[in-house]
Amino acid sequence: MTIKVAVIQFPGSNCDLDTIHVLNNVMNLEANLIWHNDFKGDKYDVAVLPGGFSFGDYLRSGIIAAHSPALDEAREMLRDDKPIIGICNGFQILTEAQLLPGALLQNDSLKFICKWIKIKVENNSTAFTNKMENGFIIDIPIAHGEGRYFTDKAEELEENDQIVFRYVDEKGNPTIDGNPNGSLDNIAGVCDLEQKCLGLMPHPERASEQILSPYHTDHGRLFFESMIDFINRRS
Amino acid sequence: MGLKDFIVEIVLQNKEKAKDPVGATIQRDLIAKKGYANISNVRSGQYLRISVEANDKEEAKQNVVDMANDLRIFNPVTQNLTILNVTVKS
Repeated sequence: MTIKVAVIQFPGSNCDLDTIHVLNNVMNLEANLIWHNDFKGDKYDVAVLPGGFSFGDYLRSGIIAAHSPALDEAREMLRDDKPIIGICNGFQILTEAQLLPGALLQNDSLKFICKWIKIKVENNSTAFTNKMENGFIIDIPIAHGEGRYFTDKAEELEENDQIVFRYVDEKGNPTIDGNPNGSLDNIAGVCDLEQKCLGLMPHPERASEQILSPYHTDHGRLFFESMIDFINRRS
Repeated sequence: MGLKDFIVEIVLQNKEKAKDPVGATIQRDLIAKKGYANISNVRSGQYLRISVEANDKEEAKQNVVDMANDLRIFNPVTQNLTILNVTVKS
């Protein structure tokens, strides 16, 4: 079975083509770029909400895209056990659509931060992390102005294993030094209760080829390998 | 009595616990540095000026509040909505 992946394009998406490239040419999947108003979830096994600045980030990052019919389709896919991943702006959209808990606020530094950082795997049982070891440190870049994760339900998320990644320092510890944007408890990515919907600020699609990594790593592939494994085991 | 045009002005602000780095930076890195020691706190927000048809001021305000809740114009996890003013459009 060929796994069919939809990369949903909003006005202002700008990581959509990078994501398509990795899915098609690195992971050898069948990925289609779909305009958000035309997206139909029943034609796909998985959907990716890519990074960018949907609708110019007007009002709040992700809020206008969260009202797109594509998010109703995404809700339907999750009900059908199909995984969804939101990367960067895609994460912001998923929180504003309330498919994921919490919110992404302006970075503490007020700066747009574009650099390679490290995140630690906290939950390797999600649809996008099952090929990772818990505690594994991932080299991956971030590029955002509004990535400061906030929730008033941090304990609840911890109890429900919904915290999937934390920002860590060079030694692998979730310290202030390792926290690029002021996120609460160094949270870099969260999932839904069913662990099929993942959102994170870092960009796996920019970390999936050794030639693009300053460390010659391709840890981003693990996200997509996990996704493939999840779908193959399910079908 | 027919419908009238009203202007409803609202402000969206981060809750205290969600912090406000914009307001904090304006206060710390500009106002305090320039010697305005008596100004101790600045909170930033987003201002929206909304035109709405309604029978009276109360209804105009309620229409805007209902719309803002329905469409998540403010994010209830991190923000508060404040009605600044309701006026008859001149």
